[in-house]
Amino acid sequence: MGDRLGGDRHTVTRDRVRPAPGTTIAVVLGAGVPLAFVGLFFLWPVVSMIGRGILPDGALDLSGFADVLTRPRTLRLVGLTLGQASLAAVITTLLGVPVAHVLYRLRFRGRRVLRALVIIPFVLPTVVVGVAFRTLLREGGPLGFLHLDGTFAAIMLALVFFNIAVVARTVGSAWENLDGRQEEAARVLGAGPARVFATVTLPRLAPAIVSAASVVFLFCSTAFGVVLVLGGAKFGTIETEIYLLTTQFLDLRAASVLSVTQLVVVVLVLLIAGRLRVRPGAERGTSAPIRPTAAHTGTIVVTLLVAVFLALPVVTLVLRSLSTKDGFGLGNYVALGTTGTRNALAVPVWVALGNSLTIALAATAIALVIGLSASLVISRRPRSLGLKRALTGLDGVLMLPLGVSAVTVGFGFLIALNQPPFDLRSSPILVPIAQALVAVPLVVRTVLPALHGIDSRQRESAAVLGAPPWRVLRDVDLSLITRPVLAASGFAFAVALGEFGATSFLSRPDRPTLPVVIYRLIGLPGGDNFGMAIAASVVLAAITVAVIALVERLRVGTMGVL
Amino acid sequence: MQKTIKFASLALAATFILAGCASSPEAAAGPEKTPDKLVLVTHDSFNLSEGTLDKFTDETGIAVDVQASGDAGELVNTLVLTKDSPLGDVVFGIDNTFASRAVGNGVLEDHVTPELTDAESQYLLPAGSGREQLTPIDNGDVCVNVDHEWFADKGLAEPVTLDDLVKPEYKDLFVTPAANSSSPGLAFLLATIAKYGDDGWQDYWTKLVANGAKIDASWSDAYYVDFSGPSSEGDRPIVVSYASSPPVEVSEGETVAPTGALLDTCFRQTEYAGVIAGTEYPTAAGKLVDFLFSVDVQNDIPENMYVFPVNAKATLPEAWAKFAKIAENPFVVEPAEIDANREAWVTDWAAIATP
Repeated sequence: MGDRLGGDRHTVTRDRVRPAPGTTIAVVLGAGVPLAFVGLFFLWPVVSMIGRGILPDGALDLSGFADVLTRPRTLRLVGLTLGQASLAAVITTLLGVPVAHVLYRLRFRGRRVLRALVIIPFVLPTVVVGVAFRTLLREGGPLGFLHLDGTFAAIMLALVFFNIAVVARTVGSAWENLDGRQEEAARVLGAGPARVFATVTLPRLAPAIVSAASVVFLFCSTAFGVVLVLGGAKFGTIETEIYLLTTQFLDLRAASVLSVTQLVVVVLVLLIAGRLRVRPGAERGTSAPIRPTAAHTGTIVVTLLVAVFLALPVVTLVLRSLSTKDGFGLGNYVALGTTGTRNALAVPVWVALGNSLTIALAATAIALVIGLSASLVISRRPRSLGLKRALTGLDGVLMLPLGVSAVTVGFGFLIALNQPPFDLRSSPILVPIAQALVAVPLVVRTVLPALHGIDSRQRESAAVLGAPPWRVLRDVDLSLITRPVLAASGFAFAVALGEFGATSFLSRPDRPTLPVVIYRLIGLPGGDNFGMAIAASVVLAAITVAVIALVERLRVGTMGVL
Repeated sequence: MQKTIKFASLALAATFILAGCASSPEAAAGPEKTPDKLVLVTHDSFNLSEGTLDKFTDETGIAVDVQASGDAGELVNTLVLTKDSPLGDVVFGIDNTFASRAVGNGVLEDHVTPELTDAESQYLLPAGSGREQLTPIDNGDVCVNVDHEWFADKGLAEPVTLDDLVKPEYKDLFVTPAANSSSPGLAFLLATIAKYGDDGWQDYWTKLVANGAKIDASWSDAYYVDFSGPSSEGDRPIVVSYASSPPVEVSEGETVAPTGALLDTCFRQTEYAGVIAGTEYPTAAGKLVDFLFSVDVQNDIPENMYVFPVNAKATLPEAWAKFAKIAENPFVVEPAEIDANREAWVTDWAAIATP
């Protein structure tokens, strides 16, 4: 904090700098591109789909609301959705923060590998994880004595399993950028580690923690496969009900009411999160990770337990992938070069992997362009209240896709994007676009805290010294957020690679992605197909770890710049 | 910013209005031209050997572009939702449980292949539910499967009928996918409705659940996690699957199938193809439907889609001919009845089976 100038001078300096001409254009462009993207590829399709339900013949029919919302079943669904998502968000956060500490603040061998490994669950197809969990938990299985199969607790376990990475990575990147000197000062003054954390670190980490928790909440509130598979089809949420109403019953009226309910829940959560996410003071640290000491025993123990919990299903999968009809071996992996037993697939699994990588790369590029431009705009602090609100609104709109049903978006694409110049229904470009919709919020949530951390005086000094706005952007903003941007790219890539919901709806049969192929294999009888599905999942996980590890290496390379 | 949005949406709206006006005269064109390409809309289980569809292109000069749209239910809903601007020219994959919805919503043109003979008449849908619009292509029976080895080891007689499943000797041995999240699960529910009637099936399911039936969310879960078969992990020897599952469990060189289908418990799912209403090329589209019924495609179906061809002239692969059995009298529920009652049945079922 020593290098901080007084608040007064800060204001004075800012007043003297006039916004350079072109700034407004830049802001409008920066906000306009992400808005147009979300508007065209998310809001419009979703609104069209909801419109089919509440405007059946062009006339507004709101009777569905009274009808559907008063059903006891609906109340139960809403209650279970909220309960499940909040509980999962709380547990995931409580476990994820210690993991973030160990992986991003402590120095030990192999921490970069661990950071990459944590992301594995995030890309594994839910149906495969479902099988892995159920193989462990079923009566007679290795963990059958816990009697968790088909329970609410099993759903919780799986949701936490999937989302630990969100908390570990979002909070971890923020923690990495915290200035460690404040903690040192507190320590010197005699505060114990717990006190230092509670009074010095936690308040500054709070925005990142709230961000991560809200993303986890949104992911969990729209969880579909996990809820059905691990709950033994007993537990219904808004999401599973929308799916049933839309795909099975074609009851668009009731589905629309639930979609609106889902939207309302999401917006409320975002508003609450926005309130809690009090903006941190300008801060950017360069403190190096520290050696673990006895004081870190607590977080290390929690991290080890989480590691075991994350590893168990993954190890189960790896072992299963190695078991073939003729005992242990690589048969399932060798079979990935083929199209499956009795020609189950249109293309060999390796080709699908190639498709997945190309599409995920495109999705990452889109997510970065949209997410970065939005983050840069949102990170500005206009003094006008109206503008401030507009920026918060933009932030919220970009988060919406996490909390809205993939079925609604998928069908929405088909009915909304059906006219030139946007007749994109059969275009292969829709797949990376749909994946990018889910990845953008993660980019924003990872990059924004870092941008907020930039001392606005740095921008101002640059401007005073005569740098045009684009140079300020390049030399100040972009150069300072290289690390978070790389982290976000890795994350976005992983999300895109693992995305199934929208992808399965939009991908073309001759160009399937790896998750699509895995779902197909696991849906067919015959030992080889099942083994191949598991082996393909292991390959998907391994590739993701490799990519994330590579990105982690790049981050080390940029340390010099920082 | 709001102004910007308004302007943008106005601009968008204007573009669409213009685009709409520009393209409408085309629709009212005179005699049908031969297209370069037809779009075949289907579900995500569609698969044929490489080159099979090329035969159609060789014969007609028309390329086939395959578009998949979710599972069978999602496929029909997609057609209904995009009725005003159809996704393609031909649809394959509408089954007898969804046929009525497709026909009722008017998403299909009248066309059935002229190649149909009496041998295939059993697959035709009732009038009003697709007789004039849908050509049968393949069928598969959803049947209770049993693990022969498990029963042999225990020295227990295998169950044979639906009635047997609620007997005490088969307590805790049965697993089925759920009717509200799985298509074979729904088919099995329909089998019980056909057998026990509108007022009796609820009682049967109550007994089934009381006898320890396990309900899983998906077929993969039931088959791979809980079933005790050779490629599965579980310990329940009775599972709802397909009549085509036993042949694929036979390892090379073996002569006895380790699992088998109970042919008195089957519900038949027949899949159909049809011409999508609103296509610019109904004649060419009809030819593609006919092609799907041709022996070339029909012979290719079992190994690629794990279902039986309907064409009586098609030949079955060796393993199928040997190990796959077809139910002689599968349970039948009229498509129109399914369409009318699906929601009520599934909702009632969920209350009983997954309380």
